[in-house]
Amino acid sequence: MAEKFKEQAVIIRQEEISYGIYSMWLKTEQIAGKAKPGQFISLYCHDGSRMLPRPISICEIDKKDNALRIVYRVAGKGTEEFSNLSTGDIIEIVGPLGNGFPLKEKKAFLIGGGIGIPPMVELAKQLNCEKQMVLGYRDTLFLQEEFKGLGDMYVATEDGSYGTEGNVLDAIRENGLDAEIIYACGPTPMLKAIKEYAMENGIECWLSLEEKMACGIGACLACVCKSKEKDSHSHVNNKRVCKEGPVFRAEEVEL
Amino acid sequence: MNTKVNLAGVTLKNPVMTASGTFGSGEEFSEFVDLNKLGAVVTKGVANVPWEGNPTPRIAETYGGMINAVGLQNPGIDVFVQRDIPFLKKYDTKIIVNVCGRTTEDYCEVVERLADQPVDMLEINISCPNVKEGGIAFGQNPKAIEAITKEVKKYAKQPVIMKLSPNVTDITEMAKAAEAGGADVLSLINTITGMKIDVNRRTFAVANKTGGLSGPAIHPVAVRMVYQTAQAVKIPIIGMGGIATAEDALEMILAGATAVSVGTANFHNPMATMEIVEGIQNYMEQNGIADINELIGAVR
Repeated sequence: MAEKFKEQAVIIRQEEISYGIYSMWLKTEQIAGKAKPGQFISLYCHDGSRMLPRPISICEIDKKDNALRIVYRVAGKGTEEFSNLSTGDIIEIVGPLGNGFPLKEKKAFLIGGGIGIPPMVELAKQLNCEKQMVLGYRDTLFLQEEFKGLGDMYVATEDGSYGTEGNVLDAIRENGLDAEIIYACGPTPMLKAIKEYAMENGIECWLSLEEKMACGIGACLACVCKSKEKDSHSHVNNKRVCKEGPVFRAEEVEL
Repeated sequence: MNTKVNLAGVTLKNPVMTASGTFGSGEEFSEFVDLNKLGAVVTKGVANVPWEGNPTPRIAETYGGMINAVGLQNPGIDVFVQRDIPFLKKYDTKIIVNVCGRTTEDYCEVVERLADQPVDMLEINISCPNVKEGGIAFGQNPKAIEAITKEVKKYAKQPVIMKLSPNVTDITEMAKAAEAGGADVLSLINTITGMKIDVNRRTFAVANKTGGLSGPAIHPVAVRMVYQTAQAVKIPIIGMGGIATAEDALEMILAGATAVSVGTANFHNPMATMEIVEGIQNYMEQNGIADINELIGAVR
């Protein structure tokens, strides 16, 4: 059985790396030691009026120093509270949660869209194969340095200010790229388009999904997604994003 | 120091239980909580056949609480009997199965199916605000409450807890109706129907439009209803609604609850139930309370 821990993590470093996007390094007791790329942690607000933990994907894992990096966008009051924390502050976290990406030795696309880019960093570090990172941004780039030296990098921006004008699939087509496996995380319309692209081209495809969560550990059944087969846990066509996911085989889920 | 309480002949080692729908059947939380230390585990609602539940988003956070419209997704009684009961039997805690249905026959079918199972009590959910049939349709009408309680009691071998809705004009009318129907215990409150609108997307925050509000935001309403009901009926009450700390649990007990259920707090703090069990013991020690039963309904 997967091991999960609730800890008081200490913030080692926090900085705003792009407008409204923050990078936080956390010192953990056990979570970093057990974490895998594609998994997430739940972070708790200090303000008790905000009860639910915020699920945030793991960007980097430092097993040697037992530290984790998360990169998140300020989307509401909870993430705003996190963005105000500084070095030495303590935050309660639970993790590692979810299943993570399978590490396969196949020529790969690592596709990240917006705030779906961070989990691709640790995946790129741990995957031992030919890697092509395809990153989609609205306008401003972030986490570019982190991917350097890990493989070929391609960028798409919605406004065309950098790389291909358009989305990640436009970047793949413009550069005439191909791969045997796709790992992707990003907004649902992007994942939907990637799933279609993968099915049309017969490419193995793994998607990391997002859904509103309450418990984050599989008990509340809030964060389900429609699945093709009856799920072995729920016995209906619903899988839990927090538990069976967030990473699913593309053909398993309906988007 | 005695923390044992008695619910219709079933002795709980302490009054702390889990609230249905917030704890699964305990497996997910067993990585954080020693299930042996709980008075009882109350399982997520189970129906005669699997239920899909509602579309997502199913939850939204609100100030001091949350709204959910999960819609009683469950794998059905067959899977529950094969998988969840054997899991829970490994622990030294009481097992209370929450039963949901669309019709009286549905409820009775599940109750009959559980008659020979090693289950300590049944909690009949006639108060879910998120399903069209069953659920709250029963819970807002005293005649319907009395009738379904009588019917379920015919099939039940275990003591029956009727779980009441707060979405009524007078909770004591509903409580008396359940008592008249033969209920052994009452549990209250279920969630309060609420709504949240996302002003940025200009749409409802949960797909079902309305959902059940839970969490600390509803605690004072729950304490009031437990108190009123305790004055109106003779059967024991399980108090729930926004219990997050030992103090919240003690408030319920002083208001008249024999036991308490912890719900939404599990999401905020997976160890909430354990902290509440310890907190009650500390309170008893510090205040020289030898028997928790002295506290039940002590504030009048």
